[in-house]
Amino acid sequence: MSARYGGGLLHLAAALDQPGVLDAGSYVELARLAERGGLDFVTLDDSFARPGPDALGVLCRVAPATRRIGLVPTLTTTHTEPFQVQAAVATLDWIGQGRAGWRIDVSTTEGEARLFGRRHAAPAEAVWQEAGEVADVAAKLWDSWEDGAEIRDVATGRFLDRERLHRVDFTGTAFSVRGPSTVPRPPQGHPVRVVDATDGHARTVAARYADVALVRAAAPAQAADVRDRLREQARSFGRHPDSLRVLVSLLVDLGDGEYAAEPGWGSPLSGRGRELGGGGGPRSTVQGPLYRGGPVDLAELVAAWYADGVTDGFHLVPVEPRRDLERLVNGTVALLQHRGLFRTFYPGSTLREHLGLARPANQYAVTGGTS
Amino acid sequence: MTVRRHLHLAAVFPGAGHLDAGAGTTVWAGERAGSRLAFAPFERLARTAERGLFDFLLLDEEPRLPEHRGRLHELDPAGGPEPVAVLNALAGVTARLGLAATVNAVFGEPYELARRLATLDHLSEGRAGWRVAASADARAGADHRCGGHPDPYGRAAELVSVTRRLWDSWSPDGVPRPFAYRGRHFDIAGEFGLPRSPQGQPVVIQAGESERARELAAASADVLLARHAPLEASRSRYADIRRRLAAHGRTPQDLLVMPGVTVVLGDTAAEAQERAAGIRRQRITPRYALYALERIWGTDLSGCDPDGPLPETAPGTRDGRALALAERWRALAREKGLSIRETVIEASGRQSFVGTPDSVAADLHRYVGEGAADGFVLVPQTPADGLEEFVDRVVPLLQERGAFRTEYRGGTLRSHLGLSRPVPQR
Repeated sequence: MSARYGGGLLHLAAALDQPGVLDAGSYVELARLAERGGLDFVTLDDSFARPGPDALGVLCRVAPATRRIGLVPTLTTTHTEPFQVQAAVATLDWIGQGRAGWRIDVSTTEGEARLFGRRHAAPAEAVWQEAGEVADVAAKLWDSWEDGAEIRDVATGRFLDRERLHRVDFTGTAFSVRGPSTVPRPPQGHPVRVVDATDGHARTVAARYADVALVRAAAPAQAADVRDRLREQARSFGRHPDSLRVLVSLLVDLGDGEYAAEPGWGSPLSGRGRELGGGGGPRSTVQGPLYRGGPVDLAELVAAWYADGVTDGFHLVPVEPRRDLERLVNGTVALLQHRGLFRTFYPGSTLREHLGLARPANQYAVTGGTS
Repeated sequence: MTVRRHLHLAAVFPGAGHLDAGAGTTVWAGERAGSRLAFAPFERLARTAERGLFDFLLLDEEPRLPEHRGRLHELDPAGGPEPVAVLNALAGVTARLGLAATVNAVFGEPYELARRLATLDHLSEGRAGWRVAASADARAGADHRCGGHPDPYGRAAELVSVTRRLWDSWSPDGVPRPFAYRGRHFDIAGEFGLPRSPQGQPVVIQAGESERARELAAASADVLLARHAPLEASRSRYADIRRRLAAHGRTPQDLLVMPGVTVVLGDTAAEAQERAAGIRRQRITPRYALYALERIWGTDLSGCDPDGPLPETAPGTRDGRALALAERWRALAREKGLSIRETVIEASGRQSFVGTPDSVAADLHRYVGEGAADGFVLVPQTPADGLEEFVDRVVPLLQERGAFRTEYRGGTLRSHLGLSRPVPQR
C-alpha cells in the first residue's frame, strides 16, 4: 500500500438501511456485525419523502451498543433548521465519543416541500448551494465553542470562559445564524461530513466541504475520473486533496453463490488495470451500480480497484441487509483482512482516526491562544 | 375531591434548565460534579432513576445560551447535548424509564419535530415525552429560519395540535393516510413517516405558572410541570387546574400536576438544614451573589463588595416584582445584619424539602394525599450523586407507606403515569 498516494489504507463502509424497520434491536445487531468486521463506518439514509425513522435518532441508539465503528446518518438541509442539524450531529459525536459523521443530502420534491409548507421545491442547483451553506455554518457552529471553553473555575466561580465562545454571524441565501451553538465543540472538532458526489451540484459541495465523497460508479475508469476531478476541485478551494476520501458506492447483492459472479455481470478493468480473477463487476441499474455475485469475487473487485488507485475504498449498500452484511463481513472482509489489505482491529477510536483524517483546527481560536 | 394514593416521580438532568426559576440549583464545582458532555453521567442518572422506579427522566434545553447584561452568562452551567438525541441513546441502556425532552415549539416545524419525537417513541417502545417549550426569547430567532414570532405561545399551541394530528395520521392497522392542515401558522399536507407509537402518542408536558400555561395544560397536556409552592398555595393551584380541566371536558386523571423540587436529606433535621445551607453557600459564590443582585437591580453592581452591605441605590427598574423583592432583601439584610452574599444565600435558591428521609417522605406524601400535587420532578443538586441518595433512602420509605410503586407494571410512559392511550383524533 506504500505505493498508493494519499498514504491511505483501504476504507470500507456499509449501509444499514432497512426500509420500514422501527425495531432498534435489528439496527444494533447490524451495526455490531459491521463493527466486528472492522468497517470504518455505517451509514443510515434518511428522507422526508418516504416512511421510516429519523436516522440520527436510530444511530444515537446504536452508539452505546458499539465501541469503535463510525456512525453516519443522513440529515437533509432543505427543510430543516441548520442550527438544529449541527446540534444533533455534534450530540451524536459526544454520545459516540468521536464517532459521528453526517451524510449531507437535500430535498428536491414538491411532496417534501408540502410537508413543511414554507416554500416550494427548488431546483437541485439552489438546494445544493444551500446544503453547502449549511455544511459551512455547521462547522462554524462546531467551532463556536473553543475546546476547553467549559472551564469550571472554582476560584472565580466561572463555569464558562466567554472569551472562548464565538458568534458566527452567518448570512446565507435562505437563512442566517448568529451563534454560538448550544452544544460545546464535539470530540472530533468537526464530525465527518459525507456527500454523495456523483452529481454535479453535489460534487461541488463535496469538493469544498466533505471529508468523504461517495461516488456511484459502475466502471473503474468512471470512478477514477470522478475522483480525479474531486481532488482537483478540492485543490481549487484551497484544500489539500488528501483531506478528502473518495469511496465508490455500490449496491451489493451477495445472494448468488459463494464464488461465482453472475455470468454477464463481468466488467474487466479495461485500460487502468488488470482483469478480475473470474469475478463480476458492477452493472448500472436504476438504483445505481449493483454488484451481484459472491463475497469472494467482491473482495477481488475491492482489491483490484483499490490497488489501481481508482478509489480510497468502498461504501457498500446491501440489497438484503441481514443476509448480505453477514456475507460481506464474514466473506469479503475476512478475505481482505487475510490478504493484509484491511485492518483486523481498530487502532484508533474516532471516525477521523479510522479515516486517517486530522482533527481540524478551530477557525475562531486565536493563534497561540489559551486553548 | 378524589385524591391519588400513589405519587409519581421524575428527575431532571441538572444544569441548563431553569425549572426552579430562581437562582440556579446545580453545584458544579468540585470533583463530584460530572461533566454534561460525556454520555456516562446521563447514563448513570437514567439508571439511578430507573432503579428508583421513576416515571420519567427529563432532559432540559435552552434554545440559546443565557446572557446577562448583553454578554454570555458565565456563572451557571450552560451548553450541552441535544436532548432528543441523548434520550435515544438512553433508550438503549434502560428498559422501562420514561424519557422526556424539552423541545422548543416556537422555532421548529411540526413535521420534523413530530418525526423526531415519534422515532424516540418507537425506538423506546412507548416511553417518550415532550416538554413543550414556548420560550419567547427573541434572541433565539436569530439562529432560526423563521426568525422571531409575534405570537410565540399561539404558534407553540398550534404546533402541538398539528403534531398530534401527524402522530395520529396512520390507520390503526398501520397504513399511511394523507393529512392536510391549514391554520394560522402552518399550511402542510402529505403523509407522515411513522405509524402510531406503542403508547399512541408521546406524553405532552407543559410547564409554567401563567394563566396561559395553565389554560394550555388544562386543554391538552398530559403533565403540568409546576413551580414548588407551600402546601396551601399548591392546593389552591391544584383546585384551579381541576376546574379548568372540567371546563375542557377532561377528568382529573387526564393531567398530572408535578412541581419541580429540590431535596436535601440528613440524619437529623438539623444536619439536613446544615447541608442545605452548605449547598447554597457553595453555589452562591461571591460573583454569583453580585449576579443575583444585578438581576433584580437591573444595574451594574460589579463595583460592590459581595461581603459588604447591599447597595444604597434603588433598583434601576420599574418592574414591580423586582422592586418588591429588592425591598424584601434589604429588610432581611437590615434585620439580620447580612452582607450581600449572606443575603442571597439566605433568600434565594431555597431547597423545597429539607429533612430526614422519614420527614421528606411524609411531606411528599402529604402533598399528594391532600390534593396539592400528583407527584414531583426532582432537580438533583449535583449531577453525580444527587439522585442516588433519594433513591436509596426516600423511595423505600414511600413504598412502605404504600405511596409509590414497588415495580413497573406497564412498559410505556403513559402506563406509568396512569394515562389512558389517546383516542385517535381522526
